[in-house]
Amino acid sequence: MNAAVAEVRDTKASSGTSQPLVQIRGLSKTYIRGKQKLEVLHHIDLDIARGDFFALMGPSGSGKTTLLNLIGGLDSPTDGSLAVDGKRIDKMGEGQLARWRAGNVGFVFQFYNLMPALSAQKNVELPLLLTKLSGAKRRKNAAIALQLVGLADRASHKPGELSGGQQQRVAIARAIVSDPTLLVCDEPTGDLDRQSAEEVLTLLQRLNREHGKTIVMVTHDPKAAEYASHTLHLDKGTLVEHQGARGE
Amino acid sequence: MKRFLRGLLLIVILIVCLAIWSILPWYGALVAAIVLALWLALTRGGRRTLSVTGVGLATLPSRWGASSVIVFGIAGVVGVLVALLAMGEGLQATLQGTGNDGTAIVLRGGSQAEASSVLLHDDVVLIAQASGIARDAQGHAIASPELLLAANLPKKDGQDANISVRGVGPEAWAVRPNLHIIAGRKFTPGTLELDVGKGVMRQFAGMAIGSYVQLANQRWKVVGEFDSGDAFNSEIWADRDTIAPIYHRGASSSSVTVKLTSPAAFSQFKAALAANPQLKVDAETTHKYFADQSGGINKVIKVVGTTIAIIMAIGAVFGALNSMYAAVATRSREIATLRAVGFRGTPVVVSVLIETMLLALAGGVLGAFVAWAIFGHYTASTSAGGGFSFTQMIFQFRVTPELVWNGLKWALAIGFVGGLFPAVRAARLPVTTALREL
Amino acid sequence: MKYFHLVWAALMRHKTRTLFTMLSVLAAFLLFGMLDSVRTAFADAGHSVSGASQLLTMSKLGLGQQLPLSLQSRIETVPGVTAVAYVNWFGGIYQDPKNFFPNEAVSENYFSVQDAVVLPPDQVRKFQSTRDGAVVGAALARKFGWKIGDQIPLQATIWPQKNGSNAWTFTLVGIFTARHASEKGIENAMFFRWKYFDEARQFGNGNVGWYQERIANPDQASRVISAIDAISANSDHETKTETANAFTASFISQFANIGLIVAGIMAAVFFTLILLTGNTMAQAVRERVPELAVLKTIGFSNRSVLGLVLTESVLLVVIGGVIGMLLSMVVVGGVKAALGQTLPMADVGGSIWGLAIVLMVIIGLVVGVLPALHGMRLKIVDALAGR
Repeated sequence: MNAAVAEVRDTKASSGTSQPLVQIRGLSKTYIRGKQKLEVLHHIDLDIARGDFFALMGPSGSGKTTLLNLIGGLDSPTDGSLAVDGKRIDKMGEGQLARWRAGNVGFVFQFYNLMPALSAQKNVELPLLLTKLSGAKRRKNAAIALQLVGLADRASHKPGELSGGQQQRVAIARAIVSDPTLLVCDEPTGDLDRQSAEEVLTLLQRLNREHGKTIVMVTHDPKAAEYASHTLHLDKGTLVEHQGARGE
Repeated sequence: MKRFLRGLLLIVILIVCLAIWSILPWYGALVAAIVLALWLALTRGGRRTLSVTGVGLATLPSRWGASSVIVFGIAGVVGVLVALLAMGEGLQATLQGTGNDGTAIVLRGGSQAEASSVLLHDDVVLIAQASGIARDAQGHAIASPELLLAANLPKKDGQDANISVRGVGPEAWAVRPNLHIIAGRKFTPGTLELDVGKGVMRQFAGMAIGSYVQLANQRWKVVGEFDSGDAFNSEIWADRDTIAPIYHRGASSSSVTVKLTSPAAFSQFKAALAANPQLKVDAETTHKYFADQSGGINKVIKVVGTTIAIIMAIGAVFGALNSMYAAVATRSREIATLRAVGFRGTPVVVSVLIETMLLALAGGVLGAFVAWAIFGHYTASTSAGGGFSFTQMIFQFRVTPELVWNGLKWALAIGFVGGLFPAVRAARLPVTTALREL
Repeated sequence: MKYFHLVWAALMRHKTRTLFTMLSVLAAFLLFGMLDSVRTAFADAGHSVSGASQLLTMSKLGLGQQLPLSLQSRIETVPGVTAVAYVNWFGGIYQDPKNFFPNEAVSENYFSVQDAVVLPPDQVRKFQSTRDGAVVGAALARKFGWKIGDQIPLQATIWPQKNGSNAWTFTLVGIFTARHASEKGIENAMFFRWKYFDEARQFGNGNVGWYQERIANPDQASRVISAIDAISANSDHETKTETANAFTASFISQFANIGLIVAGIMAAVFFTLILLTGNTMAQAVRERVPELAVLKTIGFSNRSVLGLVLTESVLLVVIGGVIGMLLSMVVVGGVKAALGQTLPMADVGGSIWGLAIVLMVIIGLVVGVLPALHGMRLKIVDALAGR
């Protein structure tokens, strides 16, 4: 069923070596809000291995979302270097970053952020619009992705007609449809009930284990972090501890 | 079904209101405004409405973009409407303000208009002998035989245009006491001198006292400017006996204007002319003659202007609807809160309506003001057919109080239509869902 | 094109608002179609096909002045002139002044000069051989139900008969049609024999109102014009000759500057339209900020976002505008059918449509540009965080 996705994953995996997928050195981020200078991240050094499922935890204001945004290429660091799959993204301009994101990262947000006017199928197709794929191929790949998250029968529904958990699964389908190496998830279960949250986390885990997706997930929920293979704690912009699987 | 009936009822109410509104005179609207003000000030529901309206108006500045759509949209409609109607009004006023019941004009029978009328010298003599004509101190009948000609002269905008040239004798001034020389002097009979109407002075190129004008291969000197406040301001006057031979008109005239002993003497005068078997002429009071010449032109302008305004108003109504629906949507939480604490639907409906109509009124005032500022003293000219043989008729736009009131009525009507539906939506907003939204 | 459904979905996101905005646009372009049709009709009047190869020679003294008949043979000798006809404006009334239509006394060779009309050859011969013969345009014949052989009474306003009577009667011997569809107006005219008119009128005999010449080559018009006017230079009946088109253009321009009036109204209409549509677009983009941020997150470039919003605003205006223009075609067609030539209106054709489309696109871009820049410039991180 997911032959296309799996196949592509294999070719990508073969290009990888023991080098970590995400390599962060001396990363700092400072915001200037009015006259105030706010250093959100101080000198972070971090490697995330290929195929890892990585949880970022920490109290609010600790800088975890900022770090996630930097890794996902949504924002640029003030200082330090950041390489993903051997590519330095810290020096990229806005346009370059956009193109890089389109091919390399999938995003999952707390509030799903689906287009309310588009059906699930069309939402999933969105990232494929940026590729050279034909319309038929786009529809096929989107259908595969929806099948992967178990929502093939909901393809023509609009987000408003889906439950929160289902919406988040559509969002995950959208994140993986162009087969990125890296999935970046910001509180993916923050707005979900326990059961839906477990479904979503299980799905992420499966994507990690069966399809080799490297996942970086921000969460404040220790139960969610349990699904990850590694957990990192951030506090006031610095790395606190680096634990193995089944952290906490 | 219930919803459909309710919508239907709303539309019926709307049509009835608009119908009443369109025929309501200004004092009727004033009474309505006073009743509304009293209701707002004195009843409990009114005071509640007032407070709800106050809250709405307080949030206006934060919605200035959407609010300005209502104001400017309606200003556009009213501005165009008032400007177009002011044009028709000005044209009509000029023609209807020309002539009076104390003078009569005599034309060749069946000729309809001066430009197509030819009276021979014998006719003129016979006309002056008819009874009912006033006499001067020397006992001469006050009758002015006049020759109406057309000349082609350049206007200030560079275009050549036809202009009426009237050959007159000394009696012409006597039959038009409202026509005064306002600069220079009257031409001297027997010379190539001209007096020029105020309108011609403004619209035609090279017109000034002391300047020369080329008419029929002759150089004529402009020696005076006259103002009658009516259609004669669009004419150039010259000595009849000097200009007639130049235009190969011999002793013929176009018309004879006579001063009647009294307005009542007109029927006597007309009967006297009809009784003379040697004469085949038509007589009319000058007032009626010029009023008839205006023909249907003002009516045409009114129809065209109203049609344009209706289409623009439709556009503006949808703009207002959009803005007010958006306003109601952003205020839905606040409106729901009011409803939750016990306000009934009416104050909400009325307050949204009042808000829209205040914005509409502002738009109407703005539009009328702009129309007045641009066209209040605007002078234009058009080619008047019929009696003016396609010569230029110079007139002033007239932005009258009636027109402004008319424009404001349009503004308020547009505001009413644009506010009613969103107002009803606001009142119908289910309290619980509205509170949950946002 | 693959982005089209995104634009469409954006428009359909708020159906009522989109509908209302489109209706406003529709009203504006309905008005534009109608007004520009009138403007075009006035502008085209001075550019008729047949008017370029015809000249009019009038008295330099002004409208209503007569010229001697003797000029005809002299004008005929001017090189480049192929035929010379002469005309008097009659200004007669049929039953009621409201029934106004142009009626003129014309020379027998008139139809070899006036090629705007098509009159069957046998009817031309009939016209030339019937003493009180008259021909009318098809539209006029329809309006009053006239048939060939009918007696048409006209009440003179300028020219009484010798006995002082204003009653003239003509025999209808032909019905003509317009050669070009764009000159249908001439089908409301009536022509009768100048010779009959001249013999019977009370005064002015032997003079004509104006000469109408046909020239071999329109490019030589100015040379022919000077040659014709030179004939009577420094006489007491100097002439002023111009092409029929130039005459019509100047005649019409004296009524009013239609172009200026239409431009003034449309400026007011489009100004308010830009405000209104601009407000709609600003609202639409404002409430979609998170969605646009997501698009950018996924990898849509700034330029794509700019393009999406601009396409949306142009589409919004174009859909409303095209429907409005279609409606104006229907309305103009209806008005023309109902009023005939009373109100000159051109068909809403290629040039009006072209101008309309250009205006739609410009307005669409103008109203879209600020919201589009807003959408393009938004910072993903801020937008996602709701800042």
